[in-house]
Amino acid sequence: MATREEIAEALAGMTLFADLAMPQLLGVAGRFEEAFFAEGSRVLRQGLTGSAFYVILDGEAAVLVDAVQRATLGRGEFFGEVSTLLGEPPTADVVAVRPLRCVVLPGSEVESFLIDHPKVTYRMLQAQSRRLRNANRARG
Amino acid sequence: MADPVRPYPPGTYPVIVIGSGPGGLQIAYELRRRGIDHAVLSADHGPGGMFRRWPFFQRLLSWTKPYAEAERNSRAFERWDWNSLIATEPELRGMQTEFMDGSSDFPSRPEMEASLAAFAERAGIQVRQDCRWESTRRDDTAQGPRFTLTTSDGIYVCTHLILAVGIAEPFSPPTPGIEHAVHYADTRPAETYAGKRLFIIGKQNSGFELASGLLQWASRITLASPSRARTSIETHSLVGVRARYVQPFEDSAMGGGVDILSASVDGISRVEGGLRVDLKRSDNGMPVSVDADEVIAATGFTCPLQDLPDLGVATFGQARLPAQTAFWESATVPGIHFGGTITSGASGLKKHGIPGYSGAVQGHRYNGRILVERLAQEHFGVAIERPAIALADLANHVLAEATNAPELWHQKAYLASVVSVSADAGIRDDGIVPLTHFLDTSGPDAIAMTIEADGEGAIFPVAYIRRGGAVEEHALEPHPLLAFEGTPYRRQIGALLDLIAPGASAS
Repeated sequence: MATREEIAEALAGMTLFADLAMPQLLGVAGRFEEAFFAEGSRVLRQGLTGSAFYVILDGEAAVLVDAVQRATLGRGEFFGEVSTLLGEPPTADVVAVRPLRCVVLPGSEVESFLIDHPKVTYRMLQAQSRRLRNANRARG
Repeated sequence: MADPVRPYPPGTYPVIVIGSGPGGLQIAYELRRRGIDHAVLSADHGPGGMFRRWPFFQRLLSWTKPYAEAERNSRAFERWDWNSLIATEPELRGMQTEFMDGSSDFPSRPEMEASLAAFAERAGIQVRQDCRWESTRRDDTAQGPRFTLTTSDGIYVCTHLILAVGIAEPFSPPTPGIEHAVHYADTRPAETYAGKRLFIIGKQNSGFELASGLLQWASRITLASPSRARTSIETHSLVGVRARYVQPFEDSAMGGGVDILSASVDGISRVEGGLRVDLKRSDNGMPVSVDADEVIAATGFTCPLQDLPDLGVATFGQARLPAQTAFWESATVPGIHFGGTITSGASGLKKHGIPGYSGAVQGHRYNGRILVERLAQEHFGVAIERPAIALADLANHVLAEATNAPELWHQKAYLASVVSVSADAGIRDDGIVPLTHFLDTSGPDAIAMTIEADGEGAIFPVAYIRRGGAVEEHALEPHPLLAFEGTPYRRQIGALLDLIAPGASAS
């Protein structure tokens, strides 16, 4: 990894970006930046301002609230969107449990990105709805 | 037989530095200052690194303000000087000012090169020039990893390898017909583009540098890449195209012979009378074609890490930057460290999308100093002084750092000025450390001061208070004149300091 073309290819296989054609995916790949996190390193920090939106290209991450693990995330999954959409610090730590490759969009660019790509917004809303449904089921 | 004139003959050294650009020179200076035995090797014929060649149009995009409100040989002056290397001796400080002719606050390329060479000479930094690193072997010994380097001059062995080789390898994407394009690195003198229709692939600084420099020569200029170009004025940071290169945007807006396209290049082909570039628009996927006489790929550079990925050094991004710890060591191969522009691979928090400025001298010169301090402490038994601070001076110290510390201003939300408080050691100035290190390690109660920006134009100090092992972030108010030493700041910082050093607010 990874040239813009390789990133676009990787995104093409993800549900979140399933409705975009290659020229648009190349645009998306140019707008996000790739990042690598060694095993054990923190990606998102609970309570710290100025965070970003992440989509996992490869690897695995754990979501921890007050140091208690709540979920794991893998390829094609995303995190950080809640804090960037609400303009609040993240309410969880996200830690790489295996070497983790992501693409990252700064929080300040998430709004314009989602407005420019309504199909991605729709897919994100679907994923969020699934998370909410599962959380409600778990609670019920 | 050893050449008596050239330093550092092949052999075994505790530390080997590769590179003689600003990154390598700063690290060599710091190693000598800390008394750590080392060798410096460089494939170049003289010191200066990229500034021996670039930028093409012979003027930097980083300034030095000789008449700024600070003594030229003071630490505070470094905030106003993006180009000089840093040192403790007065005659080695703010040296770029000696090499500027008054025509611009952006030094010319030869002025920068001359200043770096003079620093090396005045500081007595030795480099084995014309010595090319060719391959690397890693052996794990009882004492830790050991690296064996094959070079054009012979075999070198070390336990700590520091690579400051720049992001210097031209990169072109695998676009069909890319062989019809030349890379930015092979751009010819400006006048040879007179009357040509020029197509530039890429809308980063290098693309706009070429466009700006060729506005008066080319008959037409087209720039294209899939994403929209942003300027540093929009991002309120050094992210995006720098203000020095915005003229093509204005020309484009006026219909003045410059086109800036958001489109991906499908291919380049030879047609009668020149070249044709076939593109697809990013917004709607529709095809567009542009005829040109010359195509230049301003598509960036990668790290010339040779065979290090085979040794397990993980890299990322188009520049193939090595993934790094907070102290610029390979995240995957201990013992391999990085200096100079490559340290931008340790990206820090990038709060609000704003990175540290490790990709430029004003940022990475501090990384180099901190890297050597860390090595000195961890591996060479050198104690780094941690001066005591009186309780009555604590608030003053912290606010003075927020106002003047050049490390904090050049490496926003990346480097922090730390003071710790503990029962046995008292109040200690822990100096400048990477913010992520402070946040991700435990330690005594402490305050880490940073300067941060929100990406919308505000710049403000942030205090991270560590108390009982937990860290809380406290942003101070922005100030229209960036003066953070007045009463409201004193009151706010005093209340925060009282949490870890009771009585600090009373001073």
